[in-house]
Amino acid sequence: MLIKKRPSWALPHSEVTPESVYLNRRQFMSGTLAVAAGLSVPGLLSAAKLPVPGEALDFVPMPGFSTDEEKTPFEDVTRYNNFYEFGTGKGDPAKYADEMTVDPWSVVVEGACDRPGAYALEDLLKPHEYQERVYRLRCVEAWSMVIPWIGIPLADILKRLEPTSRAKYVYFETLYDPDQMRGQRSLFSTIDWPYQEGLRMDEAMNELSFLAVGLYGKTMPNQNGAPIRLVVPWKYGFKSIKSIVKIRFQEERPKTTWEMLAPQEYGFYANVNPEVDHPRWSQKRERRLPSGLLSPNYMETVKFNGYGEQVADLYKGMDLSKFY
Amino acid sequence: MNEKRVLNQPGFVLAFRLLVALLASVPLLVLIASIASQSLGPDPGQEVTESLGIAAFQLLIATLCMTPLKRWTGWGAWIRVRRMLGLFAFFYAVLHVLAFLQFILGWSDLWATFTKRPYILAGAVSFLMLVPLALTSTKGMMRRMGRQWKALHKLVYPIAIAAWVHFIWQSRSDVGEMVVYGLIIAVLLALRWKWSGSRALIPFVRG
Ligand code: HEM
Repeated sequence: MLIKKRPSWALPHSEVTPESVYLNRRQFMSGTLAVAAGLSVPGLLSAAKLPVPGEALDFVPMPGFSTDEEKTPFEDVTRYNNFYEFGTGKGDPAKYADEMTVDPWSVVVEGACDRPGAYALEDLLKPHEYQERVYRLRCVEAWSMVIPWIGIPLADILKRLEPTSRAKYVYFETLYDPDQMRGQRSLFSTIDWPYQEGLRMDEAMNELSFLAVGLYGKTMPNQNGAPIRLVVPWKYGFKSIKSIVKIRFQEERPKTTWEMLAPQEYGFYANVNPEVDHPRWSQKRERRLPSGLLSPNYMETVKFNGYGEQVADLYKGMDLSKFY
Repeated sequence: MNEKRVLNQPGFVLAFRLLVALLASVPLLVLIASIASQSLGPDPGQEVTESLGIAAFQLLIATLCMTPLKRWTGWGAWIRVRRMLGLFAFFYAVLHVLAFLQFILGWSDLWATFTKRPYILAGAVSFLMLVPLALTSTKGMMRRMGRQWKALHKLVYPIAIAAWVHFIWQSRSDVGEMVVYGLIIAVLLALRWKWSGSRALIPFVRG
């Protein structure tokens, strides 16, 4: 992939957590303890397989699109994932996502636009400069992280594809390939693959919407949605679709995967909103990860995940308990 | 038969019971080791709650397997570990509920949690039925209650079903694991029915 690289001697632009130190210590500790206990327990203790850090990327930090909150360490961001294409356990993606090939990668662009076609990923990315944005990510399951993403504003890419006036919505689709994605082979999965998501055009063009190709200064780990994924920080995490292979502009509102699966639980908008509970749990609070056992890291959930200033106008006059 | 005599020797049965106790403690030991080594990942409260719930559920099913095993093998020791397994199931269920209250809920929103979340309600129903069984599990109680004891302890079937409902209600998309457990429970119930009739499955009915 022709993603711009930084010479290895150059210092990073931002102060990222020195994750390697962190990783080694924990790996060592769990390793010794597992041996000492004479146990080899799948799932719990043996989760110590470490993600391979990607290649360093060149980027410009964007303080205006960042938060000072403490970042979730690299190893947690890359080992605690919801990516059902690789299994429903939080550790499954880290274990199995390397079964997916992300190079070469192409993205099909279709629908109401003047520049449809199948784009090699590097052609889609080439003219743009990468930015680093530190966003909060709030999962619908009531946990959250703070992640330094590397990527390109979604609007910049969409504009290049020249949507026509008929483009009211933009639809995204994840790779469907059961040979590479073991979760798609599961007999008992109730998901109708491929994973599908969508945004209203004005949401997609909002300055916060981001197409990420990396995190923590390096190319995207597979389990986080390599090689290219959406990040819409004011919405629940499932809107931020991973490993995108298709972008379609369309007039009618797309149906999304979770909406089709359980419409009373997951809506099209899925804006973070403490006032509207999920039918099975409360959305008033969240556990900011990493959370401790004895001192759970609880905090109040903020409407639009704290990005109301940028996005509240998009929903003026809408009853958000109805359009959840 | 010589083999049988060895199997029924008090020493052997005792060793078997110790082995079962050890196996039933494995989930707890693993959990303690994982906590000590901080290998539970970034959301340890969730992980602890889930693994205790699974342990309680698995031990409950193990408890239900003892009678069929006794019938098939004719070996009495299966029944001698049944009560222990049931108490282990209760023990893990207590820890599971405490872990949920402490690590996930933080003791807030209690009323809404139990009234508005059907899957939690199913878990609570299962748990509440477990309590009287644990309380009446002593030898003395067994003797004092006589036939009523048996009638009461048939609650273990609705307990297992409620726990399964609690489990499958949480599934978001992949129900494979739940279906497997469901089949096991269904087979156990069917065996019971076949051997002793439907009355054998109805709690509080003597027979
Ligand atoms: C007052 C009673 C109970 C409450 C409040 C409760 C609560 C919970 C909660 C909140 C979870 C989900 C954890 C998560 O967010 O992933 C859970 C999972 C579970 N619980 Fe319970 N529970 C109760 C009783 C029981 C009982 C009695 C059993 C079994 C005998 C049980 C077995 C399970 C199982 C198997 C899981 C699934 C774990 C997994 O996802 O792997 N629960 N419980």
